[in-house]
Amino acid sequence: MPTLETLVKIALLIAGLMTAAAYLVLVERWVAAWIQDRLGPNRVGIPLTKVRLFGLGQPIADGVKFLSKEECTPAYVDRLLYFLAPIIMFVAAMAAFAVVPIGSVLPIDVEIDGTTRPIELVVAPGVDVGTVFVFAAGSIAVFGVLLGGWASNNKYSLLGGLRSGAQLLSYELPLGLGILGVVMVAGSLRLETIITQQAQSGVWNAAIEPLGLLVFFVAGFAESGRLPFDLAEAEQELVGGYHTEYGGIKLLLILVTEFLHMFIASFMIVILFFGGWHLWGLTGSGSEVTWPVAIIRVLVLLGKVLLTILFFMVARWSWPRFRFDQLMTMAWKVLLPLGLVNLLTLAVWVEYGDRVSRAMGLPPLAVMAVCGWIVLIVAWAVLAWALPNTTDNRPRRESAGEL
Amino acid sequence: MKRDDPGKGDRHLLPTGPDGCFAQKVPVPVSRAKLRWIEEPKLGPAGRTYLPLFLGGLTTTLRHLLGRKVTVQSPEERYSPPDPLIYRGVHRLNRDAEGRVKCVACFLCATACPAHCIDIVAAESPWPDREKYPQTFNIDELRCIFCGMCEEACPVDAIELTSLYDLSGKSREEMIFDKAKLLGIYDMTKDAEPMRSSRNGG
Repeated sequence: MPTLETLVKIALLIAGLMTAAAYLVLVERWVAAWIQDRLGPNRVGIPLTKVRLFGLGQPIADGVKFLSKEECTPAYVDRLLYFLAPIIMFVAAMAAFAVVPIGSVLPIDVEIDGTTRPIELVVAPGVDVGTVFVFAAGSIAVFGVLLGGWASNNKYSLLGGLRSGAQLLSYELPLGLGILGVVMVAGSLRLETIITQQAQSGVWNAAIEPLGLLVFFVAGFAESGRLPFDLAEAEQELVGGYHTEYGGIKLLLILVTEFLHMFIASFMIVILFFGGWHLWGLTGSGSEVTWPVAIIRVLVLLGKVLLTILFFMVARWSWPRFRFDQLMTMAWKVLLPLGLVNLLTLAVWVEYGDRVSRAMGLPPLAVMAVCGWIVLIVAWAVLAWALPNTTDNRPRRESAGEL
Repeated sequence: MKRDDPGKGDRHLLPTGPDGCFAQKVPVPVSRAKLRWIEEPKLGPAGRTYLPLFLGGLTTTLRHLLGRKVTVQSPEERYSPPDPLIYRGVHRLNRDAEGRVKCVACFLCATACPAHCIDIVAAESPWPDREKYPQTFNIDELRCIFCGMCEEACPVDAIELTSLYDLSGKSREEMIFDKAKLLGIYDMTKDAEPMRSSRNGG
């Protein structure tokens, strides 16, 4: 039975996510403009007044514009799938947030089914397979992309959908390998437990398994389909890819979903590798909290997420997009081996780390951190040596044949 | 010239692509010896780690993120062209020292105009110093591509482009500038932008 507590949490989460998405569109436009030496949107303030507020009214204007657009369906589309695709994507992306903690707990006890416990800041507390759930829900996005590309009855959309499908499926693997290391260290798939474990040891997973962070970060970027991995959309040659034929509220759903994917990727990076709500000397690490601590934990988590999102936005303008063969090489020949090496290192450490570091008289986590960074550097160097040192994919001179 | 002689005259012919893209019935007269394959430069040890590209891209964006912005906050701020005398904005028709239109209706500007936006009706001049003068002189500013060829062509420096750039109107008819309006633009801009040549009584 959904309790009042859950319903309130769901309402707050949806409202918060939609507002955040709207305002992060504005932030994204600002960042994009600043990087291009422009000022960005700074005109729209409070409607019907001259107050500008640095353009903070822009999301309202954008929303009204999107909602008041003509609802236009191209002829010859597969109507059922065409309407279903954005809905599937959006619902799946929203569902993933059910198990993502937005903080730790509130110091109010509630009684449910005879047991008393504090309110946890997550819609579905205590889901033991939280990590799996997030990525299961997240990978449903590929359905939306493929259905949208197919149902649009447009060659560009289809190509975009195919590219995107291949990309999302390929990067699921390194993404999973990146998580496995964290799960192995924490001994649990619960996101709350993963955070608590990092908070109690005081060492974030980013420090002890930098290779895992690297793999997860790059794969997370690719999964969220943003530059430099936006082959699905490829504005330059595919005119928007799978959502070329969408407009109005359906396009809004798709665009919001893309932001939600970026949120999920940022939340997971922060929770799995950067200690979630933990910050040394500020948030404590116990499960007993007071009001200030509870609020600080929420702010710390959201602050970290915001920084990650800002990095996403800056990254968009920093590097050229990958060619498709480079994208696939990256997934299968770079990230997959790196992820396996990371997994192997952690497996060895989980098995022998305690004994070895006790024999050496050093704290286990310090030993692990040193090992992790050495493995990162060595693995990176080996890959750099092993991969072909040109990116040219033209036919070789020898195979060019007679002229 | 022999067709299979790879001489200078055949340089415009493309070689057949290896994938048969440009396959032609006739053999392409480019000898293998003259083909030059351009190889992509090999990456060094640093380039192969991807780190220089990574850091280079990031520092470039961060530098611009914090750098000076070039936006002009129109309409509160006005963009002023660095050199208004060479800016190609709205046309004007110059007046001579006695305040008469300088144009002699020679049609050189209308002939030079690639967009055919200048329409002149010539009439016999009421003044003794020239034979003709423009009875009407219309420029369709919506057709104009602001190339400046009319200005180049004018033998008496009568038509000039000013530095007014924010040209707008509410109808197409309004955007067809007649002689009075073009002379008015001269009156408006003559102080800020003097005539480029003082020849012909300017």
